[in-house]
Amino acid sequence: MLFNYQEFLDGIDRKAYHEGEWQWEEDGYTVTRTYTYSAPGCHDSCGVLMYVKDGKLEKIEGDPLDPCANGRLCMRCLNLVEAVNYEKRPKYPLKRVGKRGENKWERISWEEALDTIADFIHNEIDAKGFGRESIFVNHGTGRNISSWVPFLGGACLGTPNIGAIGFSGYSCYLPRTCGTAAGIGDFPIVDASEGHEDRYNNPEWKNPDVVVVWGSEPLKSNADGYLGHWLNVCVQMGTEVISIDPQLTWWGARAAYWLNLRPGTDLAVALAWLNVITTEELQDKEFIEYWCAYYDELKDHVAQFTPEWASEITGLSPELIAESARFYANAERGAIHWGLAFDTQVDSIQLCQTVSNLMSVCGNIDKPGTNLLVRNGFEINPGYATAQLYCDPDTFAKKLTVDLVHPGCVQFIGMADCDAVNRAFETGEPYPMKMYWAQGTNGYVCSSTAAPRVYKMLENVEFCVVADPYMTPLAVALADIFLPLKTTAERDSMRVWWTPLRAMKAVSEWYEAKSDEELIIALGHKLNPELFQKRWPNLEALLNDYLVRGFNIYDPETGKSFKSAGRSKAGMVEVDDVYTDYWRRRGADGNCTFDYLVKEQCCYEYDDFCATYYKYEKGLLRADGQPGFSTPSGRIELVPFATFGAWGIPPLAEHVKSLSIKRHLEDEAFRSEYPYICINGSRSYEFFHSENRQQKTMREFHPWPIVRISPQAAADNGIEEGQWIWLENTEGRCKQKAHIDPMLDPHYVHAEHAWWFPEQEPAAPHLYGSFDCNINNLTTSYETGFGGIGNPLKAPVCKIYPVTPENEEPSPGKVVTQMGGFRNDYVAGEPYAWTHDNTTREGGRF
Amino acid sequence: MKGILINYEYCTGCHSCEVACKKHLDLPEGEFGIKLTETGPFEYSGAENNKERWEWTWLPVMTKACDMCEDRVAKGKMPMCVQHCQAWCMYYGEVEDLARKMDGSSRCALFTR
Repeated sequence: MLFNYQEFLDGIDRKAYHEGEWQWEEDGYTVTRTYTYSAPGCHDSCGVLMYVKDGKLEKIEGDPLDPCANGRLCMRCLNLVEAVNYEKRPKYPLKRVGKRGENKWERISWEEALDTIADFIHNEIDAKGFGRESIFVNHGTGRNISSWVPFLGGACLGTPNIGAIGFSGYSCYLPRTCGTAAGIGDFPIVDASEGHEDRYNNPEWKNPDVVVVWGSEPLKSNADGYLGHWLNVCVQMGTEVISIDPQLTWWGARAAYWLNLRPGTDLAVALAWLNVITTEELQDKEFIEYWCAYYDELKDHVAQFTPEWASEITGLSPELIAESARFYANAERGAIHWGLAFDTQVDSIQLCQTVSNLMSVCGNIDKPGTNLLVRNGFEINPGYATAQLYCDPDTFAKKLTVDLVHPGCVQFIGMADCDAVNRAFETGEPYPMKMYWAQGTNGYVCSSTAAPRVYKMLENVEFCVVADPYMTPLAVALADIFLPLKTTAERDSMRVWWTPLRAMKAVSEWYEAKSDEELIIALGHKLNPELFQKRWPNLEALLNDYLVRGFNIYDPETGKSFKSAGRSKAGMVEVDDVYTDYWRRRGADGNCTFDYLVKEQCCYEYDDFCATYYKYEKGLLRADGQPGFSTPSGRIELVPFATFGAWGIPPLAEHVKSLSIKRHLEDEAFRSEYPYICINGSRSYEFFHSENRQQKTMREFHPWPIVRISPQAAADNGIEEGQWIWLENTEGRCKQKAHIDPMLDPHYVHAEHAWWFPEQEPAAPHLYGSFDCNINNLTTSYETGFGGIGNPLKAPVCKIYPVTPENEEPSPGKVVTQMGGFRNDYVAGEPYAWTHDNTTREGGRF
Repeated sequence: MKGILINYEYCTGCHSCEVACKKHLDLPEGEFGIKLTETGPFEYSGAENNKERWEWTWLPVMTKACDMCEDRVAKGKMPMCVQHCQAWCMYYGEVEDLARKMDGSSRCALFTR
């Protein structure tokens, strides 16, 4: 093994990298040691050294003394200078002066922008008796998911309706957090030593013997606060890999076992693995006896799900399923790294719970080198419930919940239900939506399933505000007011997503742009001055409150305190005291401040929770301090009778096919019309969702959207390498450039998401080309699974054919913006024209 | 003599070395101080197990533009590509030391100017 962490640490010239200094002068630059966290960005924050001259960011490099990323940076952060100094980046607030889509703007002051917003809310919503629930606040991913925008929605705008737009089934991450919370009570991530400041040298840590990389490409996605290359280090240290993915990846090509399953059949693999493990008695008997409940019920249930049964569904051989199950279960330290594919299936919530069971029955919980239970550093949890904490209770009671659109389902997620929001925009039921606020999101360009449908439901919204660092297609299409935001280089902020707590220190300026946090202060003082004057008079107070109370609520009059239930969960809980663990560590010395974190801690501090193993033995997981897990019984509930019962979800898992996959498999005429399963949404190194497209260097590496097809599909459809092709199904079509991939299964094509072209025409119908290549022209809203969780957006079906001069018009942009869309017969609550069903379950309806 | 050792068994093709270098040398579009090569993916017929079955390998190659970050190294810093390699597969040093570091456990290439 060549990897040697101590040798790496010993080899760093610490003086050259100014160890212990947060800022210094070097060759005419002011250098700042800090972290990045969007925009542009991702789910992570890597340590960087930013070089600034005359207020302008001129150079950036990774900080080898940062224990999170050890100085290693991806190509996007290495190109941050191009991102922040992009010549067409908006400098001032703008007011639309032409029609929507014309891209005609007039510079206005912040005062005028905020007054316009306040006037609309007061005159058109409050005065007309609509209630603040008629405002929908939309955020993207990365920095804005759970802290700043939900907080802005609740505390500034007073609405409970906050979340993703057109994102049926909450199909990103929430299924995993909830699916695993139901049984385990906490969230497991693969232990690659990331909880320890001394990392790979930590004396307790061991690398996993086997890591299952499942429905994820962590090298490219770095999703959910997890740097994928940490696992590369584990592989160098001897970790063996199982890859479960329809396509060959870096992992699959190096794996002991590659399970190239049919898309959307992961639950069948998981159930069959449990069958093999329980039948062959490979489980961790001691861990189950001491710490788990309902093992016998689980074993009885999975007895029917043999590898032969799963083989029929997944297309994998029974031997491959059984051997890989043994390989995972027999490992002393096995760990499962799961990705977005878990959230984009109609049996998502049970898939997530079942794979949690695989970790649990093998005892791979909170042991070094297995799945570590993690929480946000220092219990700083400014999650979704901040909206509830600061929204008027009567208004909060009107939140758009899943039961409004999927009867029988129970709302247990903090976000407003995406389908209920769709229905409110489409039908005005249960009340009309008057205002759309989008911050740090590109809406229909990126994550919205059924993108043309979402455009149609928003195009006539009375008032729209878009806040973003860049002029986006969404802003051109819809915004009445555009608010310029700061990038990571210009903002003072902090983040937790597990550990460590990290600070982003502003190093440069961009004209009149405001940070998310500065926007909260400005908007809060405009719309909710009483609360803001008392609690967050200025930016410093807001940042310090993040550290001291994590925005938790306290009421000096009643003496009661409440905190947000967690980063994704609905609800708030009463607590004895309102302070964070960071306040407990630093408050007594007066050091619980942003300034201290930046200057004395060089922008980071590790907490104890994520660094501690076997927390369930030590009484660290339960509110009552007793040993055990944070579940009703205190044990891991392998069949989550209580929690799934409360959520209206059957506690015993069963595999469900999506509507289009079922029809594709059973209806030969349909299959011959749409022969391909269209995997989509996979990440590339160059882009984070719809970001980075305006950077010349990223486009040098990745100029166009690529759809990968097999040599067989190319031959059958007369397609050549590099040719633009149409992908089309019953819902719409889009075009991408074909790349012939000999490794791809001939039944699949593999398309990219979130493409737009900042160098092309902004005005409608083109809208920077945001519909022409949009894979979400082919996906649908309203199809979902138990709990209203999961939508099969990563696996629609399609046909493919070359783009020709005869068929290139009308462009999708024209179809959507000028011709009423690919379809004009949408029925709220129904995904497709060819069926009234929104599930393949008995009855056809959720 | 200084060199750069690449333990390319673990290279992921992430492009960080290429961009780190381009930014440092301020190279225009199409020019590189270090450039990835990609071999595969292809399948070996008759392989006994999955690990033996696939070839999919990246190897960055230093170009004539590479000066091994002379100015950075003089200040005690690492070459840009080595510092930013996400896959921990690049090492900088005296070629004798780097040659000794190779242990036959994985495929390596040693570059000099």
